[in-house]
Amino acid sequence: MLTFIVRRTLIMIPQLVLLSLIIFMLAKAMPGDAVTGAAMSSPDMTEAQIEKIREKHGLNDPWFVQYGHWMKRALKGDLGMSYVHKQPVKKLLAGRIENTVLLAFFTLLVTYAIAIPLGLIAGRWNDTWVDKLIVGYNYVSFATPFFVFALLMLFVFSFVLGWFPTGGSVDIRMEEGSWSYVVDKAKHLVLPVLSGALLLTYGTIQYLRNDIIDTKVKDFVRTARAKGVPEGKVYSRHILRNSLLPIAAFLGYEITGLISGSIFIEMIFSYPGLGQLFIQSINGRDFTVVTALVMLSGTAVVVGTMLSDIILSIVDPRIRID
Amino acid sequence: MLAVLKQKTVLERHHTLPRMIWKEVGSDRIAIGSLVVLIIILGAAYLAPLFIDYRTLMRIDLMKIYNPPSAYHWLGTDNGGRDVFGQLLLGTRNSFTIGICVTVLAGLYGLAVGLIAGYYGGIVDNIIMRVIDFLLVLPSLMIIIVFVVAVPEYTVLTFILLMSAFAWFGKARLIRSRSLSERELDYIQASKTLGTPGWKIMLTGLFPNISSLVIVNMTLTLAGNIGLETGLTFLGFGLPAGTPSLGTLIAYAKNPDVVQNKWWVWLPAALLILLLMLCINFIGQAVKRATDARQRMT
Repeated sequence: MLTFIVRRTLIMIPQLVLLSLIIFMLAKAMPGDAVTGAAMSSPDMTEAQIEKIREKHGLNDPWFVQYGHWMKRALKGDLGMSYVHKQPVKKLLAGRIENTVLLAFFTLLVTYAIAIPLGLIAGRWNDTWVDKLIVGYNYVSFATPFFVFALLMLFVFSFVLGWFPTGGSVDIRMEEGSWSYVVDKAKHLVLPVLSGALLLTYGTIQYLRNDIIDTKVKDFVRTARAKGVPEGKVYSRHILRNSLLPIAAFLGYEITGLISGSIFIEMIFSYPGLGQLFIQSINGRDFTVVTALVMLSGTAVVVGTMLSDIILSIVDPRIRID
Repeated sequence: MLAVLKQKTVLERHHTLPRMIWKEVGSDRIAIGSLVVLIIILGAAYLAPLFIDYRTLMRIDLMKIYNPPSAYHWLGTDNGGRDVFGQLLLGTRNSFTIGICVTVLAGLYGLAVGLIAGYYGGIVDNIIMRVIDFLLVLPSLMIIIVFVVAVPEYTVLTFILLMSAFAWFGKARLIRSRSLSERELDYIQASKTLGTPGWKIMLTGLFPNISSLVIVNMTLTLAGNIGLETGLTFLGFGLPAGTPSLGTLIAYAKNPDVVQNKWWVWLPAALLILLLMLCINFIGQAVKRATDARQRMT
């Protein structure tokens, strides 16, 4: 067990190094560097002066030296300055990360709140009309692209019916900490969370349904029935314990979907989180912010999948590769 | 002898892949409906250039900005006075063509990598799979967007190559695991003993036997790829300006005034994407059932 955890954690290190190398290369490939912004804001700088600044910032060093410096700073938590906002990237991210984490947390919560009951019902009463309805919903949610669904939700519930605000994360007139502030924040979250959650249920429902259908004909379930366990208990005590645990372990894998989903959803609901910041920074050619965001998301996914693998190996000893 | 031969041909006729797919799709009412709708939409989209002149369509007419639907402009006009219905048809054609190109290219990459990893196994497989494990955890949407901005000369072709470069990881994994079990079978081992070169076994022995897997996977990912292309275009990092896509029309909805008051510009495109995705997926599910004997309904 321990060997597996240690090995799985060690795999993460080359993954993170490779990720940072790729992102560094990307950052180098992007047009402009730290000096271009300064040079543009003061056009009377001479070519020699620009060259001097480049030399000072180490921009003329070979790429591996630059990579070394960049990594050293990043490890210390120094992510550089944003050219557009004229403030440290770290500060910029700190102001936004709370919103995105909040959105992601509630999206996951609602996803499971919808998917687990539906998966259980579809698996227990498979091939009835309820099951067919759930499977139908699953086909539709699998096929629907995030941005189309989010846009339709925004159009119907915010513009046509006027039930929810059309954008933002909270009304600026609200006083922070008050009860109405929390209520308003929740109101702003409903549509973004629902648009994400209703589409993310696909994997969980599909997995639970198949797993329950497979499990309910197994010997241990038949034994339970034979010794007179009531049908409801057979499901809650015997089958669910088998099928639900892996679902908990898939949590880390959901992060990938959440990150790409958040870019679309935050754009459409003008929700001030990291996804929106990413698009704004790309449009404003603010590449230090872009690099930091890609690195952050990449790390989140790498760590998430590692946690998933470890939880899965604890839950299900069969997949342990020692 | 003759009877045996005859029986054999009957068996073969019943079990070719296209025949089984056709039978399965035919017995599923939703799949048939999807196929008909898809043919109508694509027929209209691909025949449209015969009737619509691209340059007249994209000409800006300041007198007709945001006209609501009328007898002449069936779905009204956009912010440049251009006909929305015509753009819808051209957009569908572009989006679908790009979706197909990306799916086929990604299929080829996935096939090549998956076959090599699965056929050779051992250390080759190990290295390739570790690389794929890594590629799968990349935040690919973000990286595609960064590439789109960083590439100096950006054309439709670069976009297709870029998207397909990030779309093959899962496929390679799938194909690899099937080839890995397939290569232990006698017919591959026999070919090896006879001295057939590796590439020949892969192409003429392995490939035909996993082709059904590839076809199913490609139909199911086609919808996803179209969704990704329109999504990227919606965000402004997809098709270069001047090439209408379904995403271009939906992108007008980034302006709240358009969402609320000028629904004819973006809503038809959004609903059309939804319809296309659903049709392709329902057909894909039927194809999937056709290749899996346990799920077949006929």
